[in-house]
Amino acid sequence: MVVGVLTPAETDLVFHALADATRRDIVAHAMVGEHSVSGLARRYPMSVTAVQKHVAILERAGLVTRVRNGRETLVRTDIDAVRRAADVLDAFEALWRARLHRFGDVLAEETSAALLRPTDDTTGVPT
Amino acid sequence: MTVTDVRKDTEAATMEITSEYDATTDQVWRLWDDPRLLERWWGPPTYPATVVRHDLTPGGTVTYFMTSPEGERYHGLWQVQDVEPAKLIVVEDKFADEAGNVDPELPTSTMQVRFAERDGGGTTMTILSTFASTEAMAQTLEMGMEEGIRSALGQTDALLAETA
Repeated sequence: MVVGVLTPAETDLVFHALADATRRDIVAHAMVGEHSVSGLARRYPMSVTAVQKHVAILERAGLVTRVRNGRETLVRTDIDAVRRAADVLDAFEALWRARLHRFGDVLAEETSAALLRPTDDTTGVPT
Repeated sequence: MTVTDVRKDTEAATMEITSEYDATTDQVWRLWDDPRLLERWWGPPTYPATVVRHDLTPGGTVTYFMTSPEGERYHGLWQVQDVEPAKLIVVEDKFADEAGNVDPELPTSTMQVRFAERDGGGTTMTILSTFASTEAMAQTLEMGMEEGIRSALGQTDALLAETA
């Protein structure tokens, strides 16, 4: 089952975490490499403490992991967690693809039926 | 029918799906405007849709239900925000009870449908769905629609054979 990979409570945490532009940026950056919290803080007009709070929210949602490296804490994105969020959209896409397939079928039936209906006296097609 | 583009945005919880048809915008519009045609494609064969009320005008309401193989009914409701015949439809898609009252506990999404004439004939239809969050999208899928997807995908071959 596509949707069942995250419980509603987990999904809630994930999308609350992703609802903030700074946190989305952190997730994007920590996807391509590990970053220290102080390094991340230089990217944003905010204090290290503020960035730490953002990272904590992301960590609680399972989107990033924190690894201690000496005196520094490195932040890394959990690609699988991001994938699970994308799965929901994939399921929605599948729904619409199936629906539009039916839409196309009904439209084809209707337009060919319309062609068989005489629009003037010259078609010669009986009703 | 060809799906020509799908844009999904996980963060914004939106999906835009574009499809093209060898038909006029008026013909494509009819499949939304005529409730008997709408119910032929909105629900999958195993979750057929029945349109109860159909007032596709700004401020109007469209109510429908989908029936599961077990006979359970899932009620839905569109609050129509904006309509320009053969051009545009904007509705808030909500869950409702049997009497057509909106269920405030369940997620709402916005669906914007645009119809455009293609150069050289045919119609491009673009559907943009916006959810409050992907959590809301997940919940919508869990409300029986996800079953619908699987059955619809499973029955694609049967559908193709049927319409061949």
